[in-house]
Amino acid sequence: MGIIKSVKLAFDYLKYGEDESDVQKVRAIDDVTIDIEKGDFIAILGHNGSGKSTLAKHMNALLLPTEGTMWVDGIDTAKEPELWKVRQKAGMVFQNPDNQIIGSIVEEDVGFGPENMGVPTDEIWTRVEESLTKVGMIKHRDKSPNRLSGGQKQRVAIAGVVAMRPDCIVLDEPTAMLDPNGRQEVLRTVSELNEKENVTVILITHYMEEVIHADHVFVMDSGHVVMQGTPREIFSQVDRLKKLHLDVPQVTELAYELKKSGIDLPDGILTKEELVEELLRVSEKMKSKPQSKGTRSEKTSGGNKASGKARKKSNEREGTKK
Amino acid sequence: MFKDVTIGQYYPADSILHKLDPRVKFLGTVIFIVSVFLVRGFAGYAFVTAVLVTLIALSKVPFRFMLKGLRAILIILCITMIFNMFLTPGEVIFQKWIFKITREGVIQAVRMGVRLAYLVIGSSIMTLTTTPNQLTDAMESLFSPLKVVHAPVHEIAMMMSIALRFIPILMEETDKIMKAQIARGADFESGGIVKRIMNMIPLLVPLFVSAFRRANDLAMAMEARCYHGGEGRTQMKPLKYSGRDIVAYILIFGFLAACIFFRITRL
Repeated sequence: MGIIKSVKLAFDYLKYGEDESDVQKVRAIDDVTIDIEKGDFIAILGHNGSGKSTLAKHMNALLLPTEGTMWVDGIDTAKEPELWKVRQKAGMVFQNPDNQIIGSIVEEDVGFGPENMGVPTDEIWTRVEESLTKVGMIKHRDKSPNRLSGGQKQRVAIAGVVAMRPDCIVLDEPTAMLDPNGRQEVLRTVSELNEKENVTVILITHYMEEVIHADHVFVMDSGHVVMQGTPREIFSQVDRLKKLHLDVPQVTELAYELKKSGIDLPDGILTKEELVEELLRVSEKMKSKPQSKGTRSEKTSGGNKASGKARKKSNEREGTKK
Repeated sequence: MFKDVTIGQYYPADSILHKLDPRVKFLGTVIFIVSVFLVRGFAGYAFVTAVLVTLIALSKVPFRFMLKGLRAILIILCITMIFNMFLTPGEVIFQKWIFKITREGVIQAVRMGVRLAYLVIGSSIMTLTTTPNQLTDAMESLFSPLKVVHAPVHEIAMMMSIALRFIPILMEETDKIMKAQIARGADFESGGIVKRIMNMIPLLVPLFVSAFRRANDLAMAMEARCYHGGEGRTQMKPLKYSGRDIVAYILIFGFLAACIFFRITRL
């Protein structure tokens, strides 16, 4: 069993209309069965109202299932009388950076979780220093959160979760309210935590670019998990994603359109570098076809290859700059 | 206009006042406020002023930050002074129609004005040199004997620290909503008082909606970080008295004694 596992999970909430008597039962998620391995980087995709946040809140026992079961590190969330024990295993970062920072100084906020868990004072300080260093915010420790940028606030929120030493961090659209720089900051921090600290990361998002480095992707629609697999498997099915009102990464979309217009490209291209490489391969093939005889063509194609390599390199540099 | 309130605005600096135990500062502020209302005579106020100036200098906080807090109560200050000036009976020095200014009235008005201003500056010194969290820790610790009678001391302290943290955020939000509504033609600046109050509705409704949403989000974020009341909770910065805190206590009670002396001798 993985760190987070659910079987036939379903959740109903009540929706109140204009009238008091007008109460509707709405099923937010239905029949969700997932199994997440420790140390994985998981992404959950879905458009608004697809139930991805509801699912996330189950992982943190903020919501308890109406039907089915959710296990976090082997604990059945519905049967645990002290829910905060579940919550310290799966920390959660929310969308709005302002609404989740409790302390009025960065380090006090990071210490809030350990305080609640009853960690001794000295240990709180080591944990705070450690987690602020991990997210690269140690030099802002004395500042008021109001003076930080959105990306920095979100990193503080992540540090607050890291200080609780969870096995797993659930991030519910952590970049939705940030500018591109802030998004980069947060994503870099999260993937570093995943790689270096082996923390299981569950990233909920609707930005496709954030998903391509994940180990496993779940796609949700109207409460169900409709697709799952590696990013490449998911993004190979551009038509299906479009039907679910989801975008694909720009590069994948470009490759898809090129393929539709007759260029021989494989499915599921995820990065710029891959596309460049594939296009080079295709162009070489096309060039070598009409002049397949004679040594001259080989020479030119060799020359092409070299220049192509140079172009690829410059492209890579551009990529890292971004 | 909303950024002027200094309450809950910690000003980081490295001063002796910043380092004092918040309990000392809290009790000190209460005693200072009492003293401001205790003393009546000129010598008494000169003494209190001298103490206040020393405190401001010690705090290393720019004086304009404290004045900002004063600007917020300017209207209350003016009203208090005007009422005291006209409505205190005594020796008349100026009279026109039914309005008369008395000598006692002028003295009383000046006294009330000084008292209110000192009260705000005094408490600003505390809030500027103490983080809201320290402050609520201090209150929690000072009022913890009340737990015996089942008073929710921890919960109240937590609520206060959250309220303090959200004041600047909600102020900013008010500013934003106001600008958004002005851009759509709302008018906050003209008309009589009734009309002005009615005009505030398009400001207050979205503000309240957003405040409730924030409260909801925050409650969830707190729960997600294992908050489950005061039980079994440890503190990152537990309060511990040091030598300078004891010295400060002695000075504070000395100050109170001096003020009582000024009151008795009517200086």
